[in-house]
Amino acid sequence: MSEFNPRILVFSTDNVSDPGIDLAGRNKMHYPAKVFVITLPCSSAIKPRWITHALRSGFDGVFIAADGSDCSYVPDCTKRTAAVVGSAQAQLKEKALEPARVRMAAVCSVCAESFQKHMLSFSAALRKLGRADGRKVQGGGHGL
Amino acid sequence: MMEEKKRKIGVYICHCGGNISDHVDVEAVREQVEEQYGVTVARTSMFTCSDASQNEMMKDIQEQGLDGMVVASCSPKLHLTTFRNMSTRAGLNPFQYVQVNIREQCSWAHADDHEGATCKAANLVGAGIEKVMRQEALQPIRVTSVKRVLVIGAGIAGLRAALELADLGVEVFLIEKEPAVGGMVGRLGEMFPADKNGVELIAMLLAEVKKRPNITLFLNAELAEKSGHIGEFELTIRIRNAAAADRTEEAVRIQVGAILVASGFAEYEPKPGEYGFGQPGVVTLSEFERLLQEGGEKLLHDGSEVKKIAFVYCVGSRQGQETENANRWCSRYCCSAAAHLAVQAKKKFPGAQCYHFYRDMRTYGKFESLYEEAGKSGSLFLRFDAEHPPRVEKNGGSWLVTVQDLLTGGDEVAVPADLVVLVTGMTARANDELTCVLKLPLGAERFYNEIHPKLRPVETVIDGVYIAGSCQGPKNAGESVVSSLAAVAKAAALLIKGYVDLQPFVAYVKADLCAWCGQCAAACPYSAIEKVTYGDKEVAQVVDVLCKGCGACLPVCPLDATQLKGYTDEQIEAMIDVLAREAAHEG
Repeated sequence: MSEFNPRILVFSTDNVSDPGIDLAGRNKMHYPAKVFVITLPCSSAIKPRWITHALRSGFDGVFIAADGSDCSYVPDCTKRTAAVVGSAQAQLKEKALEPARVRMAAVCSVCAESFQKHMLSFSAALRKLGRADGRKVQGGGHGL
Repeated sequence: MMEEKKRKIGVYICHCGGNISDHVDVEAVREQVEEQYGVTVARTSMFTCSDASQNEMMKDIQEQGLDGMVVASCSPKLHLTTFRNMSTRAGLNPFQYVQVNIREQCSWAHADDHEGATCKAANLVGAGIEKVMRQEALQPIRVTSVKRVLVIGAGIAGLRAALELADLGVEVFLIEKEPAVGGMVGRLGEMFPADKNGVELIAMLLAEVKKRPNITLFLNAELAEKSGHIGEFELTIRIRNAAAADRTEEAVRIQVGAILVASGFAEYEPKPGEYGFGQPGVVTLSEFERLLQEGGEKLLHDGSEVKKIAFVYCVGSRQGQETENANRWCSRYCCSAAAHLAVQAKKKFPGAQCYHFYRDMRTYGKFESLYEEAGKSGSLFLRFDAEHPPRVEKNGGSWLVTVQDLLTGGDEVAVPADLVVLVTGMTARANDELTCVLKLPLGAERFYNEIHPKLRPVETVIDGVYIAGSCQGPKNAGESVVSSLAAVAKAAALLIKGYVDLQPFVAYVKADLCAWCGQCAAACPYSAIEKVTYGDKEVAQVVDVLCKGCGACLPVCPLDATQLKGYTDEQIEAMIDVLAREAAHEG
């Protein structure tokens, strides 16, 4: 049986973390090909239901490449994004799914190496956790 | 939902020479996505950005009646605008175009895994198709604009901005918080490289301002209130009557189309006792500058002649984590400024001996010649590392500066000095009221934050508000003027055509779902959500021109009534569904 390669959904942001992720590619910094990025304007826009939807649909982990203090929209972006992560993690816990499947870190426009490290370490952590059992998060509706 | 009507989507996958196709089987991707529901045509191209490929896409749009398009190529930061413009030329709504990044975020990132990269590319393109399937045609939000600009701050950056704007035919209101124009440069003596006097330079700019009838200058003036939006800001300027005994204030209402902030910086003020600061014989960089300007045959400080001058660099800059609210940044201008002052001191007072206690000499670009000149004129340089800063101690009536000099292998060297000059850096000016009125975001260093440091360096997230000069971060006078002229170009380009087109990716409220709880309005940092009556209930409504499209209102709505155009629940979840789909061979 082949090794389990976790599927990771990354939420990035147009002006801050997405350029950092682009830079990782430009520098040929490799990370697992099962990392997929959806870009938003700001990490404070992420909805907990999108996170749970991802884990219900086949992703094993969700990583939020947050704007952090570089956010050009919202001064307390980190606090707001952390609240979204907290809410999603609480919902996962209720369904006996590990909160560690959701991870958040600030990734700036030059954080190529940091992004690569995050992906490698998150992938390793998820490999230990095993597949997310999507069935656990079924049936609760979008808001769980 | 948009997919109820069969869409006609064109999909174009780029080889990018071999940048993509060396690692991604683009034909396999094309074969996979051409079967996807809604796809009318799927092609590969050696360079999708080439004229030939764009012409082919335009032909497809027109001949096949495409109503949506996906280009899978490089990062949208490079060619989103290219393909939106092409869509417009061909008659396709430009917001029905989605760019998928299969180069930076796929082929290059997974050059070690061709199979994985190909599977990923197919998923990414599939997700792009699902996104455009659910994307309605949008129109830019068009607002009229008045050809007037408020320039905040009449230092060198603000004065130059006002003159350029006026010469472009834009009416300018120039406000200055202080009783006189000029800012930092207005207090300087001779400046590098042409020895132009700062005071005279500002006087010359002010004379030019006075010649232009379309510039109105207010001194002792601050921005007190702002309403409206890009193109039509309604502002209140508060002007202090400094001459009146009761210091009365007057309010002036103006309307402008854009605002240019050039409010400057504050010199770092050392803490009492920091390298002896606060005691006689220890001065900051600007205090030493003024001392040099005083002239006379001897360099005097507190009545005593100064012969030995010790410059201590990086005071208030590049501070370590151990410092509370540390200034982590390099202030950029101060190495050059200190070297320049040492050269001037030596020219004016040949008997003066300058000692430079520095960490790294950052006299970048043409300022390197100052460092060389300082050395040639007799300045001595001693280098310390951050862990072992110099000690500045009383030595009778003068000072003793001791350092472990890295240039002599870490030997401890003690230098007596008549005067210690702390080479103080730039910090953000305390502008709480202005920040609050404009709702301008601050960066981690507390300077004003641009949208993007390289791609949009003078724009802020507040449409129509631009930043220039050292309010954005440490800059010397020349660099401040460069950024101010960049901001002028952005503001003038915006206003001269008479209208402004805003990005349509703003929030909206599904009124049928909304039960007005006010959480979205509370979460909005731009006061863009208001309460309105909808039938027999109260609901939230987004004011399009005020919304910046950040989406901060999305996660707080308990009923999912707030949505963001281009990022709706339907779009994001459909993308997730495709991205989560594993190919048969994936493990």
